[in-house]
Formats: sequence, structure tokens, C-alpha cells
Amino acid sequence: MTLAFAILAGLTVGAAIAAMTLRNLVHCSLCATVSLVGLALLYLNLGAEFAAFVQILVYVGAVAILIVFAVLLTRSGEAPAGRVSYGLWTGLGVALAVFGTLAWAIGGSSALKALPKDSAVPALPVKDVGDKLVGDFVLPLQVIALLLTAAMLGAIVIAMREAKGNPQPATRNPQ
Amino acid sequence: MASLDQIFVTLKAWVLGLLPETVQPFAGVMISISAIMAVFPGIFALTTVVERKLLGRFQNRPGPNRVGIPLTKIRLAGFGQFIADGIKSLTKEDVVPRNADKVVHFIAPFVLVVPSFLALSVLPVGRNMAALNFTETGLLFFFAIGAATEISVFMAGWSSRNKYSLLGAMRGIAQMLSYEIPLILSSLTVVMMVGSLSLVTIVEKQTAVQWGVFHNWHVFTPWGFAGFLLFLTAACAEANRTPFDLPEAESELIAGYFTEYSGFKFALFFLGEYLGMFAISGVAITLFLGGWSAPFTFLDWVPSWLWFFGKLVGFILFFIWLRGTLPRLKVDQLMNLAWKFMLPMCLINLVVAGVWHYTADWNDLIRWPLGAALLALPYWIFSRRFESRFQTRTYRYAS
Repeated sequence: MTLAFAILAGLTVGAAIAAMTLRNLVHCSLCATVSLVGLALLYLNLGAEFAAFVQILVYVGAVAILIVFAVLLTRSGEAPAGRVSYGLWTGLGVALAVFGTLAWAIGGSSALKALPKDSAVPALPVKDVGDKLVGDFVLPLQVIALLLTAAMLGAIVIAMREAKGNPQPATRNPQ
Repeated sequence: MASLDQIFVTLKAWVLGLLPETVQPFAGVMISISAIMAVFPGIFALTTVVERKLLGRFQNRPGPNRVGIPLTKIRLAGFGQFIADGIKSLTKEDVVPRNADKVVHFIAPFVLVVPSFLALSVLPVGRNMAALNFTETGLLFFFAIGAATEISVFMAGWSSRNKYSLLGAMRGIAQMLSYEIPLILSSLTVVMMVGSLSLVTIVEKQTAVQWGVFHNWHVFTPWGFAGFLLFLTAACAEANRTPFDLPEAESELIAGYFTEYSGFKFALFFLGEYLGMFAISGVAITLFLGGWSAPFTFLDWVPSWLWFFGKLVGFILFFIWLRGTLPRLKVDQLMNLAWKFMLPMCLINLVVAGVWHYTADWNDLIRWPLGAALLALPYWIFSRRFESRFQTRTYRYAS
């Protein structure tokens, strides 16, 4: 474990803990953003430039903003009055289940076996990522695109129904 | 002339040669950082004066013309103004609203300025003169860093506990998110044609000679020309410049998301905004205007860094000119422009770039009009539809 890794891991984990424990929701989401940046820096530390920059572009540039907006639009962003019930054991159980599933999925992945066992970092040009994405994995890519389009359509439908419920006063032609 | 072209590279190598071997990598990094930290804020300082002077001339008034060298009678036509501004912002009281979220309020300016400096570090400002050369992901780094500044806008707007700040932040983020898509899509054409995300490679591809005297700039192709215009518009919006300055519209929102900042923190926001403008202009130059290469082969003797900074100054003057000329858009017009006009045009431009790629063996006299026609027709259709939206405005009290 190098010093750089220790610093970055400390930053990521510390920010994640802060995101869980802070009282103000906007503070929590900002700490989550720091944690995401820490993850990107960890990728960079591992030599995965592409993954790191995509992480920043997608998670910091879009997802963090989305979370912050969702917090602002749904509640005022002020600290909640009472202490939130944590449900320690339920939370721990869910966390362990998620960790177990992910570990099992990653451990059994064929990609892990294909990697050489020595510690040398495999060079992965961005071109190869693109080739794989629109070559071997084109179907999953399209399915995800379809899913996202469906989600977006759903959001539009929800927004439209609200508009129908509260019709605007007729100010089109004031004359 | 080759020595003058490489003068900064040789200077850095000479300084490094004086130092012991062990500190050389560290010292090399420090020299590059110092150069960026000195040159771009220097341009920023001069830009503030030039902008005020030019805006003054556009509005038929002199602009700042008094301050010269302090403690002397030398006036320098007002070009000492930035020194006075700097001293003022350093000595002003740092006012923080009582209800503000102190920590977030304090951090926000730095979250804006640090990525702005980082974004400048990938620009190839001359031959062999890129501080950071990501051979695989240079352009991606730029966009990732640019996206990180949005969080700063939010932090500044939210932590101030001020309606104007929050409104400005909301407008700013909506605008940045919307215009990031045309920005990335229009630069994607260049990545597609060059086959590399490295900014250094993109510039080197454009130094090839075309038609005898021209360098092979991307702006000389139909897709490059359309891409350049789309990129320039989106860049204007990303940098919050007029006509897209809704997030900090003085007449509506005081100063938008940094209303509640004073003193040096305000100066940092100001600096971050201008550095962002320089960075995005630099990327426009790199992607479409040949980076540090000369427009004509017979001008190749001019040092490469002079070309880059000359083009950058051109861009800055262009942005100032726009600010003095165009009125501000409304929010709905802003969103319509991004989603209903620029996004389809960017997608069509991608197709045109593909056509250009597959007709590489055709005569340029056939290829060029074909590409231009493929772009001009949708432009005509979309702009007609877009224009009709502008004309159906009804005024309630002013008619």
C-alpha cells in the first residue's frame, strides 16, 4: 500500500462516512461528491485514465448535480428537525447483502480470469474500449439506451399530467 | 527561427539541467505549473482592462483611462487599472452573510478556480509545449474538469442563502448542463476524424499541408466549419458570456450566484470565469483552428506559441465584441436553442463528418458543396422553425 493510495482511500472513505452521518442533506450530497472524486483519483492512481475521467464527467458533472437538485426540489435542504431513525441492523444487513452480491459477481467474472496474474498494469487503449462497446457489447449498450429513453419518457409523462391537473389561467390573448 | 520557436522548451531543459537528478521530475512539474499560473492570470488582468475599455468605446464613452504606474505620472492609457483593482480586492473586507453556510461558502471559489487552472494545463500552447499530455484521454480530461465547475456554481449559490444567488445558480447549472451536450457532440466530430482524444495529436494532424499553401485546419472542411460555429456558441454559453449570461445577469440577479461574495473571493470567481473562457477558447483553437500552427505555410517562421496566443487574443476580443453587441436571451429561448436547434445540428454534423470520411478519394470541388448542402438544408429548416418562436411573442402591458 503506497502513500498515495492511503491518502486517496482515506479521502474516499472519510467523505463517504461524512455523507452518511452529516445532518444537512445538501452537505451529505456534497460529501458524496467528494467521495466520487476520490474514487476517480483512485482509478487514476491505478493508471485507468479513461475510467477516472468518465467517472468525474458522469458522476461529478451529472449525477451529483442531479442529487443536489433532487434534494433542493423535494425539500428545502434545511436540517431535519428530529433525529432520523437509522435502523442499524436492517441497514447493516442490506449493506452486507449488496457487498456479498457484488463480490460474488466480480469474483466470478470472466474478465478477472482473463487478466494476467502478474502485477503489471495492462495497457488498455481507449480505442479498444470503444471497439468492445460497439462490437461485442452492442446489444447491452442498446438495451441500456432504451431503458434510459423509457425513463426519460416516463419523467416527461409525469410532468405533463401535473400540468393537466392545474390548468394555467388563460392569459394567452390579454387583449 | 527554430530556436525562437522552442525557446521556452530549451529554457526549461536548461533550468532542469542545473538541478540534481533526483529533484528534476518535481522541478519540471513546478516550472510548468508556474508558467501556467503566471501567464494566464496575466492575460486575465489585461483582459479586464481591455474589456472595460472596449465596452466603453462600444458605448461611446472613454472607459478607464486614468490609472497608470502607481506613484508616478505615467498613465499608460489606463492599463494600470488592473493593479488598482487587484489591490482593492485584496484589501476589501470579506463579508460573509450571517445565515450563510460558512464552510461551503468558503470552499466554493476554490472549487471553481482549481479546475479552471487544471483545464488550462492540457492545452498545447506551442510545439512540444503541453504541460500535461494525456495521449489517450486529453479532451476527455478537459470535459471532465469542465463538468466539475458546475458543482462550484451550485455551492456558491446555495450556501449564500440569497434568492438571487440561488436563482443564478439554478440558471447556471441548467445552462451548463444543456450546452455541455452540443459542446461535446461538436468536438466529437474532430475526435472521430482524427481518431484520437489527445489534444497534441489533434493539432499535429492539422499541420499537414493542403492545397499548397494552407495548413489542414479542421475549420476548412464543411463539418469543421459547422462544428466550429456550434462549438463557439456552446462555448459562449459554458463560459457564461453574453448573450448567454443569464446566470449572472446584472440587471436581473445583481451578480447571480456570486452576489454574496466580496473582496478576494469575488476576485477568485471573476478569475475562474475568465480562465474558463480562456480554456474553452484554447480548446476551440486546438480542435478547429489548428492549435499552434500557422494558417499559411509561408508564415511557418512565426513561433508556434505566438500563433496560439495570438488566436487566443482574437477569441477574447471576439467575446468582448459579442458582449457589447448582443442582447441577453430569455430562459426559454436559451433552452430551445440548445435542445431544438443545436442538438439536431450537432447530430447532423456527425453524419456529415462520416460522409466526408467515406468520400476521401473524391475531388474536393464535389465533396465540399455536398457537405455544405447536407448542413445548409437542415440549418434552413431548423432556423425557420426557431425564428417563428421568436416572432410570436405578445406583450401584455407594453403594446
